[in-house]
Amino acid sequence: MTQAAKKLELRDVRKSFGANHVLRGVNISVEKGKSLVVIGGSGTGKSVMIKSVLGIVSPDSGSILVDGQETTGLRGKERDALMRKFGMLFQGGALFDSLQIWENVAFGLIQGKGVSRKDAYDVAIEKLRAVGLPSRVAKLLPAELSGGMQKRVGLARAIATNPEIIFFDEPTTGLDPIMADVINDLIIETSKGLGATALSITHDMHSARKIADDIAMIYKGEIIWHGKAADIDHSGNPYVEQFIKGSAEGPIKMEI
Amino acid sequence: MNTADNQQQEQQTSAGFSPLGWLTGMCQRIGATLLGFLAAVGRLATFAAQGIYHCFTPPFYPRLLWRQVVDIGYYSLPVVGMTALFTGMVLALQSYTGFSRFSAEGAVATVVVLSVTRELAPVLAGLMVAGRIGASIAAEIGTMRVTEQIDALTTLSTNPFKYLIAPRLIAGTLMLPLLVLIADVIGVYGGYIVGVYKLEFVSENYIHRTWEFLTADDVVSGLWKAAAFGFIVTLMGCYHGFNSQRGAQGVGAATTNAVVSASILILIANYFLTQLFFAGK
Repeated sequence: MTQAAKKLELRDVRKSFGANHVLRGVNISVEKGKSLVVIGGSGTGKSVMIKSVLGIVSPDSGSILVDGQETTGLRGKERDALMRKFGMLFQGGALFDSLQIWENVAFGLIQGKGVSRKDAYDVAIEKLRAVGLPSRVAKLLPAELSGGMQKRVGLARAIATNPEIIFFDEPTTGLDPIMADVINDLIIETSKGLGATALSITHDMHSARKIADDIAMIYKGEIIWHGKAADIDHSGNPYVEQFIKGSAEGPIKMEI
Repeated sequence: MNTADNQQQEQQTSAGFSPLGWLTGMCQRIGATLLGFLAAVGRLATFAAQGIYHCFTPPFYPRLLWRQVVDIGYYSLPVVGMTALFTGMVLALQSYTGFSRFSAEGAVATVVVLSVTRELAPVLAGLMVAGRIGASIAAEIGTMRVTEQIDALTTLSTNPFKYLIAPRLIAGTLMLPLLVLIADVIGVYGGYIVGVYKLEFVSENYIHRTWEFLTADDVVSGLWKAAAFGFIVTLMGCYHGFNSQRGAQGVGAATTNAVVSASILILIANYFLTQLFFAGK
């Protein structure tokens, strides 16, 4: 992969919380317009990795490059400019429960890009339609929606600013299989529609196979395998094989 | 460790108690507690400095500020008003029964007005608002922390300090003096009600004695105190909510800590502010 083709790259990213070494030198990159899914069990460092890219967590060392530009240590307006390239779907939706649905969707437009409330409302309605929600939900509060609908609103919010890179944190967790598949389809549709690069983290293999161009596996804070989604079933890596089979037998031992 | 040390340790262990070990352990615990305290003070000071900085730098959120002004100022009126009313009434009764022992009943009105404006209105309003607003801020921001809403703000190019903390700090610092001004009036009126209708003071005399020794400093010092208490209450609510640990238990602990720490800090700050305002007078 050439440097120019890499939209996002992590080089030897490390992060510890006290004696807990969560990221132990993560090296990974995503091609422009492609979808990379990072799989791995709970507590392997998936969320910290994505939060490091977003600047929510500061890595102890290493480089995070977006469009070839170093982003660790960016502050103020430079950080704001970078954040405008990003969209994020949180695991639990993370909708602002004091705001109406349309205000949630339009939040990045109004606060981040200074779009007027009237124009932002129109965009919010359009984005809600894009994720299959009718305009009548626009004036409701998040608590009045089901989990699946909240996830869709979260997706609408993530794509509202037409981001260049979209992050999906466990996009199907907590949803029934049918709704999970609907969300998977929407992720593909909206990402491809925007031509955006996608980085997802999940432990749902069905979701990973469906939305990924490439899959990587993280284990104990390191990327232990990275390849095409089609190659996941013959990776030759015992950790990956155990994970995709969901088997208790294998090199990954659960700490009970 | 050499052999002699080992033998000494064994002897101490066999004896079951080592004064040196006990002393070392004690010093370690005191040191750890002191370091923990200093670290917490440092974190709070950094948080406060960041909060103040973002109060004065754009972007500003007038819509959010107005919401906090209404919540902290308007909706706290009933609880602060009731507190002031009954405090003024009780103060009149208590000072009357006390002062009548040495025939100084005439000082009741003066005692009520000075006590209310200088001490009771700001401190009691601060404590009541700590219970009402400090808890609610900590619970709201704590819930936002554990449900990743604060992280979501960051990803949406919005600084959580500007969006969540600054409007609350400004509203708390501006609204508590207004609440205290109203509490001053209600508290004094409570004393008047008891003085005139129960203790049978002549209305004109009571009002005259109320104004006679009251100076602008008495009221203004109370308002400065109120501003400081409003800042303390909102700061502690924001700080504990923002640093809330995971889960419902974390939010519950943040709420408790916000109210307790704000209440204690109000009482401590009250002493130093009183000393500052009235030293040498």
